[in-house]
Amino acid sequence: MATLEAPGGPGNTGESGQPGQPAMALTPGGGLMPQGGISGARSLRRMTRAIRSNSKATVGAGLLVLFILVALFPGVIAHDDPSAEIYGRALGPSSSHLLGTTAFGQDLFAQIIYGTRPVLLIAVGVGLSATIIAMLIGVAAAYLGGAWDGVLSLFTDVLLVIPAFPLLIVIASYLHGASTLVLIAVVTAVSWSYTARQLRAQALSLRNRDFLEAARVRGERSIYIILVEIIPTMTSLLVASFLTNALYAVLFSSSLQFIGLGNPNTVSWGTMLYWAENNEAFQTGQALWIIVPGLCIVALGAAFALLNYAFDEIGNPALRPVRSIRGKRVKRPR
Amino acid sequence: MTTGPVLEVRDLAVEYATERGTVRAVDGVSFDLDAGEFIGVVGESGCGKSTLLFAIAQLLVPPAAVTGGSVVFRGQNMVGLTDRQLASVRWRDLSVVMQSAMNALNPVKTIAAQYKDAMRAHGVASKEQIEARSAEVLRMVGIDPVHLKSYPHQLSGGMRQRSMIAMALLLTPELVIMDEPTSALDVVAQRSLMVQIKELQEQLGFAVIFVTHDMSLVSHFSDHLMVMYAGRVDEFGPTRQVFDSPLHPYTIGLTEAFPSIRGPRVPLTGIPGSPPNLASPPPGCRFAPRCPKVFDRCRQESPELYHVNGTLVRCFLHAEEGGGDD
Amino acid sequence: MRFVLRRLGFFVLTLWAALTLNFFLPRLMPGNPAIAMVALHRGSLSPQALKVMEAQFGIGHQNLAAQYFSYLGNVARFKFGESLTTQPGVSVGRIVLDAIPWTLGLVGLTTILAFLLGTAIGILGAWRRGGRLDSIMPPIFVIMTVIPYFWIGLILILVFGVKLHWLPYFFTYNITLTPGLNLAFIGNVLEHAILPSFTLLITTIGTWILTMRNTMITTLAEDYVRMARAKGLPGRRIMLDYAARNAILPNLTGFAMSLGFVVGGAILIELVFNYEGVGWLLLQAVNNNDYPLEQALFLLITGAVLLAILIADVVTAMLDPRTRGAR
Repeated sequence: MATLEAPGGPGNTGESGQPGQPAMALTPGGGLMPQGGISGARSLRRMTRAIRSNSKATVGAGLLVLFILVALFPGVIAHDDPSAEIYGRALGPSSSHLLGTTAFGQDLFAQIIYGTRPVLLIAVGVGLSATIIAMLIGVAAAYLGGAWDGVLSLFTDVLLVIPAFPLLIVIASYLHGASTLVLIAVVTAVSWSYTARQLRAQALSLRNRDFLEAARVRGERSIYIILVEIIPTMTSLLVASFLTNALYAVLFSSSLQFIGLGNPNTVSWGTMLYWAENNEAFQTGQALWIIVPGLCIVALGAAFALLNYAFDEIGNPALRPVRSIRGKRVKRPR
Repeated sequence: MTTGPVLEVRDLAVEYATERGTVRAVDGVSFDLDAGEFIGVVGESGCGKSTLLFAIAQLLVPPAAVTGGSVVFRGQNMVGLTDRQLASVRWRDLSVVMQSAMNALNPVKTIAAQYKDAMRAHGVASKEQIEARSAEVLRMVGIDPVHLKSYPHQLSGGMRQRSMIAMALLLTPELVIMDEPTSALDVVAQRSLMVQIKELQEQLGFAVIFVTHDMSLVSHFSDHLMVMYAGRVDEFGPTRQVFDSPLHPYTIGLTEAFPSIRGPRVPLTGIPGSPPNLASPPPGCRFAPRCPKVFDRCRQESPELYHVNGTLVRCFLHAEEGGGDD
Repeated sequence: MRFVLRRLGFFVLTLWAALTLNFFLPRLMPGNPAIAMVALHRGSLSPQALKVMEAQFGIGHQNLAAQYFSYLGNVARFKFGESLTTQPGVSVGRIVLDAIPWTLGLVGLTTILAFLLGTAIGILGAWRRGGRLDSIMPPIFVIMTVIPYFWIGLILILVFGVKLHWLPYFFTYNITLTPGLNLAFIGNVLEHAILPSFTLLITTIGTWILTMRNTMITTLAEDYVRMARAKGLPGRRIMLDYAARNAILPNLTGFAMSLGFVVGGAILIELVFNYEGVGWLLLQAVNNNDYPLEQALFLLITGAVLLAILIADVVTAMLDPRTRGAR
């Protein structure tokens, strides 16, 4: 078990990150990733090969690609303006409105399609920025060691322990609602500390490896060593960090929007749910208004989570479904 | 004690399922073990010696499994039996000592609790008996029984190893199999532990199968020596014979790799190359790619075990001298 | 002992960080909305409460440092001011205290249940590895863990509340009943708690199952488990005493750490079911811009999570002999 100081880390496990969801670390048993010296390019090739061979990863990747396409080309799929309140109100599904309309007369299908982009933007935005911040702080703490490590780790741990969702709510309430960009910034701020710990742990385990010693002896500067030697080795953990943070982001941001703390005037899955709830969608028979955006959140979240889980298995073979030597194993009658 | 060999292994085969196909880690190993006998099993890393040990004790885990052969212990074939069926034999008649006591002992239980577990599982019910026996085995290995209350992490490395050995002797088994129990210790501790094991063996009369990569260490204590390579037995015979006049080129290479403190200075020779990939082993003799005495037949046919003066050797160099055997 | 003291120190530090965050947030926001709100509702506040809130939000003429220390002093004496809009003029402490039991009951009990049940299933799942079940289950649970709490709550309301009319889904009890320690009231409370509790259970249990399964699998590969088999110990003893005992250790701390998240999800569930606990109250406060109430609730939630972590650490220390003694 990887024990660091202060809060004993969530030992590694399956994933999730939504408010209320116990968020656990990534790889079980501390067995994290390929040994030192594997360059980024080789890792990438290994990853694509691994994705194709693991069914969970394929499903996850497929879903993700689907959503990305929808986000990039919404106009191709949906022909209505999602905000236009020009249709009949609360209509059921029909050939002209695949999913019906909202209580304001907007086409639900168009909303879902156009609502994909903000969600993905937030997911990718938070995924990238949280990972970058976590990487910089985690690796710096591990590499610099001593007092610097102490200060950075303490800072990380404190932020980690303060409950994220309540903090998000409080911050957002002072802002009177948050635009997409603000959401990205705020969610990143509460999420980065989690993966920073893991990256620090891994960087620590790499710190004294020979290939780094060689670089030091060659006279390379610390920054060089950090950027060029350490970070490429951590590719798989960085990818996992991106996926985790993206997952958090989707769930956190849609929850905030549901409460009304996002910008209710943007079209996004979370805000759709907000309006649906405020218009008593269930009681008035507009169940689709609530069901469909939720399903999309689940699907996108599942894409990230499945990919993450598959990476877990790839990195730690012990977790894979157990093969048995069928038919060959010697069995005796009782 | 039983009459006849305590352990008869015939054609034991173990396979692992991997992504690249099945690997035969143990390929048709056979030998007999008499009561009170000490067999040393040596070989490089990956030659299958530890797998052999666990296969004998039926302690393999998927994706590894015994796929052929038999292991007859005290007249009963253990291959294919379930854990529950084996429970009564385990520890009482056959116990195991592993390489690292730090890993082999449960970190959250005291030594006493772990001893008690074993005894309780085999019908020793009375508290006094359990305490008395626990103290007795600890004294046997030279540890003060006050350490029964300790947790594994509170003992020194040497003490941990010895308490693990003591645990193996709790029910006075007939056979103790040991997987490199001295490898984690320093040289001095290694020797004293070996001496202790030998003394206990002579005192209590149990048989030992001792796996190690350190041939010179075990050769002072074993009756027979088995040299394994790529999942097969390459040489097997009385220790002095195998060590002093090795027959198989691999064994010769091994003995020459260990320097002697006495005698004339001899240049150290290693064995060039590396062990074969067991997922697709070479067609002929498995040692052929590295053998300094290789000839054509070696690359095409796979040699069987041939008798030479009481030693079995798997090499065509000795094919004419005795009949084949397996 | 030293271990526990160090953790205690860490938590005090974290609480202080949360307090400081609370202190600076309104001041950092453009226009300090807190000042505006207080000014708006000045009329309903008592003079003592006003003083407390001046230090809290930066109204008035003291300098920053003086405000900060007054604020800390007030918090130490549990003076959080009065509600501005939710229940104007009522002490924040009073309002919060009323809500706590409901959340404690719902969230506390359900989380413990989910943890115990999930851990047990995870242990058994890992013990019986191999076969089709093992490759299907994990993905299912993974998907379960990404379902938004509030959404599954809504779906359950749709099915069991609106369509089937089996269970109530509003408030903590039927408001026409008078609260009292009688069977009818208690029964009604439990009835109202079923749906929210079930929602919380099914969304959190997936993670516990997966967590425990994964650590169990790693633990089962350890030498001491193999050794336990070699000793001929009965299967159940190996599974519990050797494997689970060790596998659960990292999970305990993880359990406490994630309470922070569980609390967040509980907030959403309370909203969806109009369940008047701490989370629901927080969202009311947010919607009404009732800053003093908000801040107090945030501190309460943070403090509760820290307490839970501390307890988990102590339990871990008790169960793991390696953390006791020197460190």
